[in-house]
Amino acid sequence: MIAFLARRLIGAVLVLIAVSFITYLIFIKIPGGDPAQRIAGRTATDANIADIRAKLHLDDPFYAQYWGMMQSLFNGSLKSYASQLNVVNEIKKGIPATLSLCIGAGIIWLSFGILVGVISAVTAGRASDRLITVFALIGISMPVFWLGLIARYFFAQGHPFALLPDGEYVPLTTNPWQWFVHLLMPWWVLAVLFIGFYGRVLRSNILDTINEDYVRTAKAKGLSRNTVLAKHVLRNSMIPIVTLFGLDFAAVVGGSAILTETVFNLHGVGQYAAESTQNLDLPPIMGVTIYATFFIVFFSVLVDVLYAWLDPRIRPT
Amino acid sequence: MATESTTDFTLDTAAELASEEHGAIEGKSPWLLAWRRLRRNYVALGFLLLFVAIVVMCALAPVYASQIAGTGPNEVHLGETFTRDGEQIPVVSKGGFVNGKFVAGGIPVGPQLWHAGGKYVFGADNLGRDVAVRLLYGGINSLKIGIGSALICTIFAILFALLAGYYGGSVGWIISRFFDLIWAFPVLLLAIALGTALSINGFHHFGINIEAGSLWIPTLVISFVLIPYVGRPLRGQILSLREKEFIEAATAQGASPFRVMLSELTPNIASSVLVFFTLIIASNILTEAGLSFLGAGVQAPNASWGTLIADGQDRIVTAPWLAIIPGIAIVLTVLSLNVFGDGLRDALDPRSKVRIER
Repeated sequence: MIAFLARRLIGAVLVLIAVSFITYLIFIKIPGGDPAQRIAGRTATDANIADIRAKLHLDDPFYAQYWGMMQSLFNGSLKSYASQLNVVNEIKKGIPATLSLCIGAGIIWLSFGILVGVISAVTAGRASDRLITVFALIGISMPVFWLGLIARYFFAQGHPFALLPDGEYVPLTTNPWQWFVHLLMPWWVLAVLFIGFYGRVLRSNILDTINEDYVRTAKAKGLSRNTVLAKHVLRNSMIPIVTLFGLDFAAVVGGSAILTETVFNLHGVGQYAAESTQNLDLPPIMGVTIYATFFIVFFSVLVDVLYAWLDPRIRPT
Repeated sequence: MATESTTDFTLDTAAELASEEHGAIEGKSPWLLAWRRLRRNYVALGFLLLFVAIVVMCALAPVYASQIAGTGPNEVHLGETFTRDGEQIPVVSKGGFVNGKFVAGGIPVGPQLWHAGGKYVFGADNLGRDVAVRLLYGGINSLKIGIGSALICTIFAILFALLAGYYGGSVGWIISRFFDLIWAFPVLLLAIALGTALSINGFHHFGINIEAGSLWIPTLVISFVLIPYVGRPLRGQILSLREKEFIEAATAQGASPFRVMLSELTPNIASSVLVFFTLIIASNILTEAGLSFLGAGVQAPNASWGTLIADGQDRIVTAPWLAIIPGIAIVLTVLSLNVFGDGLRDALDPRSKVRIER
């Protein structure tokens, strides 16, 4: 287990380096995107630009620039080309909003996904199952940003309700109630997509598990239907859901929430990334990519460990 | 060890016995069996029809524009009027009092359905452009990108999966690490980064020239970032197929690796590929919409369903149809593909069908 963990962690670090280097390569050679020119402004002289280029080490070979950028990212001094703001500070500022959004949405989609999956598996083939399948399919077919716009239109902009605040993020420490109310819509919008998906995955897992021998044995022993369902069927059907949740949660924290954050103007890390990309502002993009990849890699290691712990038959190789 | 039986009972005997009872047994290919199962799944077929209808409607956009709406997708109609039930209505309101009611300026006319004889069926946008026409033209781009990127993505995924699965060793290692690397990237972030970077000056390397506003940019970006999502499961299938006896038999008969891959392995993953292809189109249309919404996908003057929603979001209070209608188009298209893809999977993998329809 320790050897497995060590191998996974070394792999994770290598992936982080590779990902950051590729991101760097994508952005370093964009014509017309010379950061020195932009910082210097319209009326800059050649000497000005040369000065800035020297200060930012833009004339160094690209591997030296990459190394310098990674160094300043990890000692927290990396600055944006466009706004001159500290990248690490900006990411830190965005993290509470992103985590609030993702954790809340994660709780909703996991609990409702399980609920929906169990209901539709137990009533497989009946009307409730069909109805849930239809809603689940519609749920996974909607663009999340469009759902967000529609939700804002119906529930925040007075057509017909103006019950909820229209976007923006209020920190939990400022006002817990306002934090909750402001996030209610983003949580549900982000979660809807996953509820349908999780429900369908769980449904088919449960229907698979019900046919297993040990379930028949449990029934034959005279256990009640609910006990069999909760203790024998659900427990085993949940294993793939755990994997899925770990990876999806990481993906959402690491950038998939960009669209939701942008629609509701939550000023999270994802929105910061989107805005920086539109400005072709390399340092924040590097920062956010490293941050996001870290989450994704970290969670995939975590999921592997959890998996082995949940199902002892699966030994890491 | 004396046996009592006088005739040997073989499989042929069983077939003869059966043919005496029911007539000859005809051989049915797995594809025929799958088609028979699919043919009974009216819901899946209905949604396939819906998807085909959407594709046909979008393909007929130029006809609709010239024959029914009488305007192009980018034709501006500011300060013009149209006739509805014999009444002249401005395409974009000028502001002030109309028939005693106050109307704010700059508000485009809403959906007319068929009341204006095919003009402004889904309303107009702030420049007086016909939303229905733009929707169909945008649909062409969305579908082109969705289907095109699914095609490219699937082809490369099959290629990589075959190479990695069949050869293993260093080739397999390199391809697997390539999959891992893209997999570890935040997909949307990578797509936005590539999309934005490429849409500024285009791509002019390795003898490939793609202009900055080209639809090829979102198409290639989306197919690139999604390759591991198709390639990984296919590689897994090929890894297990490779150990099967029929591959060994083919190799023993002197089949070249190329032949084994093409005529032994590929047919065996074809059913998965077909299902993946359908579902990937759906997910690519959604990804394209997301990218375009963030400005990293389709670039003006081209439009897609994603850019139409993005354009409409600022006017959602005064002109909600601008954002709502393209979204409905996306939902219908993606839903039809998802439902059909599901039906296809059930038809091609009867085991899952049996389990679900217990």
